[in-house]
Amino acid sequence: MMEVCGSGIVNLREFGCEQSLLSRPDGSASFIQGDTSVLAGVYGPAEVKVSKEIYDRATLEVLIQPKVGLPGVKERSQEQSVRETCEASLLLSLHPRSSLTLVLQVLHDDGSLLSCCLNAACMALMDAGLPMSCLFCGVTCAIDTAGQIITDPTATQEKESRALMTFAIDSTEHRVMMSSTKGSFSVHELQQCIAVSQKASEKIFQFYRDSVRRRYSKTL
Amino acid sequence: MKDTPLSNCERDFLLKAIEEKKRLDGRQTYDYRKLKITFGTDYGCCFVDLGKTRVMAQVSCELVAPKENRPNEGIMFFNIELSPMASPAFEQSRQSELSVKLNRQLERCLRNSKCIDTESLCVASGEKVWQIRTDVHVLNHDGNLMDAASIAAITALRHFRRPDVSIQGDEVTVYSPEERDPIPLSIYHMPITVSFSFFQQGTYLLVDPSEQEERVMDGLLIIAMNKHREICSIQSSGGIMLLKEQVMRCSKIASVKVSEITDLIEKALENDKTARKAGGRCGYAESITQERITALKMDETPVEVTDVKETASDIIQKAEPSPHKVPSLVVPVPGVGQVGQGLKNTWGLEEEDDDDEEEEEEEDTNDNGSAEQEEDLTVMEEEPHKTGESREANVVELSDSEEEEVIILHPETPDRTPKNTGSTSHQKGAAKSKKRQKK
Repeated sequence: MMEVCGSGIVNLREFGCEQSLLSRPDGSASFIQGDTSVLAGVYGPAEVKVSKEIYDRATLEVLIQPKVGLPGVKERSQEQSVRETCEASLLLSLHPRSSLTLVLQVLHDDGSLLSCCLNAACMALMDAGLPMSCLFCGVTCAIDTAGQIITDPTATQEKESRALMTFAIDSTEHRVMMSSTKGSFSVHELQQCIAVSQKASEKIFQFYRDSVRRRYSKTL
Repeated sequence: MKDTPLSNCERDFLLKAIEEKKRLDGRQTYDYRKLKITFGTDYGCCFVDLGKTRVMAQVSCELVAPKENRPNEGIMFFNIELSPMASPAFEQSRQSELSVKLNRQLERCLRNSKCIDTESLCVASGEKVWQIRTDVHVLNHDGNLMDAASIAAITALRHFRRPDVSIQGDEVTVYSPEERDPIPLSIYHMPITVSFSFFQQGTYLLVDPSEQEERVMDGLLIIAMNKHREICSIQSSGGIMLLKEQVMRCSKIASVKVSEITDLIEKALENDKTARKAGGRCGYAESITQERITALKMDETPVEVTDVKETASDIIQKAEPSPHKVPSLVVPVPGVGQVGQGLKNTWGLEEEDDDDEEEEEEEDTNDNGSAEQEEDLTVMEEEPHKTGESREANVVELSDSEEEEVIILHPETPDRTPKNTGSTSHQKGAAKSKKRQKK
């Protein structure tokens, strides 16, 4: 088996976030990881179409808009990953027979797109003030050909990697809510990536906390 | 989701205010909202903020075959995407009346005005031309989408660089940006649309209507003009009758607005160029200001992961061992692969059922050309059909003894079993190959 993670320190690219930047949606946020940026908007709880109505909880719809062209299979699969993560953390049963719409617009893709989508989604849901059982964040890990784990890879690093994994991690117990993987890896590598993502998620949750604290503070 | 309707009170209030030459956001009649142009990290990506209206344009290119009637002209494609993010009334992937109208207007403004030299986009006449695709995404709808979209589209086109190509004989080489500097499009002039909304059957006129004003207006006049004061397109909708003087007055206002906006675009492009030349980072990530209370940035963060290895090994050790070892592939005869010999059948099926299934699966195996069976016996048949045919005589002899072949599930004589199954599949494979030959 290949030696994994020798250095003991991995890096997350610089990240930033802005909330309530759009006037129309009930909640909006843009999240930036390095050059990768995603804009998210949330509408709801609002009236639901009869065909999509669920009698005991809200219907959540997630749409991902690519930068060029129309959404395809890749976007659909990302939508599903994000939707399942959001459904797990949102308290949808508090709004039965209503609809929630989460729209994610890709502004620039420079690797770790799915994790950026997850982070933007969480920030937008927070901005919309929807009740959630926990927060979540996304972390992408890549294993390069030498067996090193890279967190938050750029597009070039993703291309050179042997395996790519994205995890959604909850804020209460740092457990894995969703995983999406590509490429081949051993069980040991998977567990290491999960452990790395859990460590990295702490930093992201700290960032969430800082940004909310700043938002509700009186001074800059 | 439905849009929130405008109440009668709001409508009356707005109209009354307009009669008194007042606007809800404190603007004068001819004032534009604050216009902000920013660029993305890629070439050809542009964000336009017009008050609270926000659009993004992205230009991309692709080599395609030209249209038959225009063999040496590049193709321009425009698409305005009314994303559901912009307004709850917009629906995903449905062509609404508004989106058709906006798309058509943008095409008239930018394609029919011949502002882009399409002949320079030709690579090989009649064979390869560049298709320039402009996607305009509406991110927030607060009125006057047309103006914002046209500014975003033309700015993005100006900002865009296409890869350089060279032709040697019949060979077309496309160079990456590292090899050769990408080339900007040749643009003759920049048409920009200016929208005028009319109230009370054309008595009152407002420039750059907001979303609420658009809801109460009677008619809309859109003029596309360039800075040389040439009208590129003009469209009146809403069914109001305008006097000649009104149209003339609108075109005069438009010429002033267009020259202002053109200057702003040039300035923005110039700023971006110097920023890129300086080598600093540019793009959406840099446009977020730290001054806002809702925004926060964090520098590159190191994450300590020293004990990750131990954690991972702990979890794996504590976890239950995997239920069974995956047996390795055995190749008894060249061209035949076998997995799982000597293991017990965990399916707990009746023998006869098993056999039926086996046969079925064998058929599948043949169809797919590759095999993956969860049965305790797996045969991969990838032998070329020639071998199958050569053994055809054999197969015919065996064909009446199919009942005996059923015993394959008790592989006591491992040497014979794969051969038997192999031949069954040969038989079928041969039959198939025969059919193919007939075809």
